[in-house]
Amino acid sequence: MKEYGKIIITGAVVGIIAVILTVMGNPGNMGFCIACFLRDMAGSVKLHTAPIVQYFRPEIVGLVVGAFGASIAFKEFKPSGGSSPITRFILGFIVMVGALMFLGCPLRMMLRIGGGDLNAIIGLVGFVVGILFGIFVLNKGFSLKRAYTLEKPEGVAFTGIMVFMFILFIMVPSLFVFSESGPGSMRAPVLIALIAGLIVGILAQRTRLCMVGGIRDAVMFQDFYLISGFIAIAVFAFIGNAVAGKLMIGFAGQPVAHTDGLWNFLGMALAGWASILLGGCPLRQLILAGSGNSDSAVSVLGMIVGAAFCHNFGLASSTDGPSANGQMAVIIGFIVVVIISVLNIKRRGNE
Amino acid sequence: MDNLIDARGLACPEPVIMVQQAVKKSNDFQIIVDNNIAVQNITRFCNNKGFSITKKDENGEFILHITKK
Repeated sequence: MKEYGKIIITGAVVGIIAVILTVMGNPGNMGFCIACFLRDMAGSVKLHTAPIVQYFRPEIVGLVVGAFGASIAFKEFKPSGGSSPITRFILGFIVMVGALMFLGCPLRMMLRIGGGDLNAIIGLVGFVVGILFGIFVLNKGFSLKRAYTLEKPEGVAFTGIMVFMFILFIMVPSLFVFSESGPGSMRAPVLIALIAGLIVGILAQRTRLCMVGGIRDAVMFQDFYLISGFIAIAVFAFIGNAVAGKLMIGFAGQPVAHTDGLWNFLGMALAGWASILLGGCPLRQLILAGSGNSDSAVSVLGMIVGAAFCHNFGLASSTDGPSANGQMAVIIGFIVVVIISVLNIKRRGNE
Repeated sequence: MDNLIDARGLACPEPVIMVQQAVKKSNDFQIIVDNNIAVQNITRFCNNKGFSITKKDENGEFILHITKK
């Protein structure tokens, strides 16, 4: 029960900090969104040029550095990699295509539910369905094969890049592009965003908080540890939003969201399926990347490049709804995920 | 050793799935993993499912001995 206490407290802290970040300036129901923030960061270094979603998000740096510090402090920092890196890159890319169809990663989906956005409940149903497909594949013997221990510099590299970019962002902000309107222009003060990321990064590293893992473990092993944190996020975000006067229950007019139910469902189904093949949600990939896992770092790079493609090729939804290109990309994403799923099934015990 | 499952380098949930499949066939086996996350997840699985588990730490790798209670 002590274990459950820790993850529920973590979920509560994430939910409340997320509301605080929105009060301090972040877009609505977007205290944290790994997909949106990686997309903003891609824009800030001109990997895409969508003018309303460009900003270097300190929350992401905090998450990675927090996880890095916690993994070092608790002797869990473990440089490793080599488990189907290109496949993971592609899956990271596809997670982003699905998430930007819905307009949020699984963490933001819970924060949107906590803000009263009923579109996100449809997203959650899709997410669960995607995870169920992924579980079916896992039970059939899906594996991206083992990783191997690597040298320390490899494990530190991803965190090092984040820190280097953050220093550049502080010292030479003119190198970056910052939105003057839209979600990219809405941001909490740098220090607060960084500290919020650090706190959540440490807690998520210690508790293994993961949106995908929560549903997966509940279904596969009747293990309700991770899902407790997942639910706590929405519950405490709901309470926090009610206290802050930001609660708005309904479908229409929700912040950075659209009301197309079918594509909200399909977007999150794709993100859920691709994430479970990766072993965790985008937040978890960031935390593992900070803990020295190169395979997760490659997945995050896939998400960043995916985000750039989503905006360069008009795949991302807007508040008006999905684009035709985005719908086509989600369908292609499903085809690729099916191919990856089938081709990586092996009979366990044959090696 | 016949009853030693090698799950080193595998990311969760794979080591837990291997244990889940192994308990269907055997009441006494060992699994070797190389990270704390796998140890914790397998331990939680065994506690939930009524299996005993003992852990031996060998140079950053862990041999978990799982038996039916």
